[in-house]
Amino acid sequence: MINKMRTSFLATPYAIWVMICTILPLFYILGYALTNDAGSFTLSNLTAIADPVHLKSLWLSIRVAFFTTAICLLLAYPVALILHNLKLTNKGLVVFLFILPMWMNFMLRILAWQIILSNNGILNSILSTLGLPTLHILYTETAVTLGMVYDFLPYMILPIYNALSKINDQVVEAAADLGANWWTTFTKVTLPLSKDGIISGIIMVFVPALSSFVVSNLLGGGKVLLIGNVIEQEFTLARNWNLGSGLSIILMIFVLLSMSVMNKVDDSENGGMPV
Amino acid sequence: MEFIQFDHVSKSYEKQLILDELDLYIKENTFVTLLGPSGCGKTTTLRLLGGFEKPDSGKIYLNGNDITALPANLRPINTVFQKYALFPHMTIEENIGFGLKIQKKSKDYINDKIKYALKLVNLDGFEKRSIDSLSGGQQQRIAIARAIVNEPKVLLLDEPLGALDLKLRQSMQYELMKIKQELGITFLYVTHDQEEALTMSDTIVVMNQGYIQQIGTPEDIYNEPENAFVADFIGESNIIEGIMIKDELVSFLGVQVPCVDKGFGTMKPVDVVIRPEDVELDAPGKGFMDGVITDCLFKGVHYELDVQCGEYEWLVHTTKYFEVGQKVSLNVIPFNIQIMNKPESEDEEVLKEDDQ
Repeated sequence: MINKMRTSFLATPYAIWVMICTILPLFYILGYALTNDAGSFTLSNLTAIADPVHLKSLWLSIRVAFFTTAICLLLAYPVALILHNLKLTNKGLVVFLFILPMWMNFMLRILAWQIILSNNGILNSILSTLGLPTLHILYTETAVTLGMVYDFLPYMILPIYNALSKINDQVVEAAADLGANWWTTFTKVTLPLSKDGIISGIIMVFVPALSSFVVSNLLGGGKVLLIGNVIEQEFTLARNWNLGSGLSIILMIFVLLSMSVMNKVDDSENGGMPV
Repeated sequence: MEFIQFDHVSKSYEKQLILDELDLYIKENTFVTLLGPSGCGKTTTLRLLGGFEKPDSGKIYLNGNDITALPANLRPINTVFQKYALFPHMTIEENIGFGLKIQKKSKDYINDKIKYALKLVNLDGFEKRSIDSLSGGQQQRIAIARAIVNEPKVLLLDEPLGALDLKLRQSMQYELMKIKQELGITFLYVTHDQEEALTMSDTIVVMNQGYIQQIGTPEDIYNEPENAFVADFIGESNIIEGIMIKDELVSFLGVQVPCVDKGFGTMKPVDVVIRPEDVELDAPGKGFMDGVITDCLFKGVHYELDVQCGEYEWLVHTTKYFEVGQKVSLNVIPFNIQIMNKPESEDEEVLKEDDQ
């Protein structure tokens, strides 16, 4: 009893923090979303998503987030697997090298990509030196996806690497012992046992990718308008906080939906795999 | 050529030599136990046979075939791992059927085999249960079932009972012996528990620091240890430095005592091993040496006594109670005095390091 009181007492600062920084703003956004600038109740800020411009942005966001997540997964899984299988004594250092970019300023890293990808940038000067045709991908969807993949890749590698590290080596040996070759061991044992890591990786990449607007600002140059950019512009340029809040709520619903879909995948597979 | 043969097998990890030129022969359909303290190389030997490690040099033969380079999944050998290593994402049925599915056996065959294996380990009807719902002992039985359904030529068991409590360990020992009889295949068992080894094995291989110390039946190993390490590791012993004066007469702790050993030469330094249950206590003056009881502990079947005789403190097991401080004399019949050569070369000295 005393123990319980003591623990709940310790949670007080956190509760205050959540109140002020999460719950209160959420109610504010909800309040803005459900009213017009005169302050009376309306649903028009929510239904505004049906506007073709907004729908197009939302669809573009989903597409970019989807490709970003898929490419990250395809790149990250082999990397995590190789990292895990390396019989290195200093694994920490290798993992550190992958996290290192995360410690540098995010804007700087994206600006660097702007310089690399620009028409007279490093990429094109390398290509022209090699006698290859130059690419004009800056300010396109490709550049935005590339920037996001670069930015979110560590968030995919780390949970997968962690999940792989948690697999008991003896379980993998047991599969080989029972006659499984490398591929069977991978598909029947390693992959299913790292599923939790894959799901957290997908959530950790897909959710921020869906609502991102900074990467598309810098690498899309105003030509790639994600739903995040639309919301940002409603707040900063159009000064229409009500509309911005309404679209935010819609986006939040999409985020929650995608997370619950992922969790459902998790649950159903835990329920038992067919033989 | 024997059924399993290790031919000059060496293995080291990070420059530390684990096995040095190991030669080991194992007969078909025997229960062989590798026994030794941790770090003696017993698990490495098992892993080399399972195919989880490759030797640095030397060859391993199974049934006359060189399997040194054969990967684990192609060896007709299955393993029961120390911590069970069951697949946590599969049901019991899927775990046991894993190997058979890879061999592309028919569904009926697989189901029959699973049923048979579960019956053999006393877990009938557990097919659909999940791994989490099992106790440690049950998980280990499933691990055994999962290994034996594949009808391996050799079953490797890596301290499989280590994580279980004493009572369960004892009953599992009898079950393993029963399973061994039913299957009629070779068991290679790794343990550091001498009681387990003595109970179950046909042959015990005592190892220390990468070298085989002695190979023999449990009776041989217990009654006729070849060196001080084996004597000390298997059961408890009084190990005393002595001098073999001539055949059938040994001198230690300042007294000369008749024994039955011959052929050591004259005035040769030796180790004298006397089991605590072989020491008989008598009234002072009647034995070969007098002493004082310094400790008396009740151990259930017997009392464990410490008897101080000058510099040396004897360990004695008796069924009679003695008071601390009581004066007694010691007696040992010549047959129960075991004489062993002292290590001569440096290599042999290494083998002894643990008991000093």
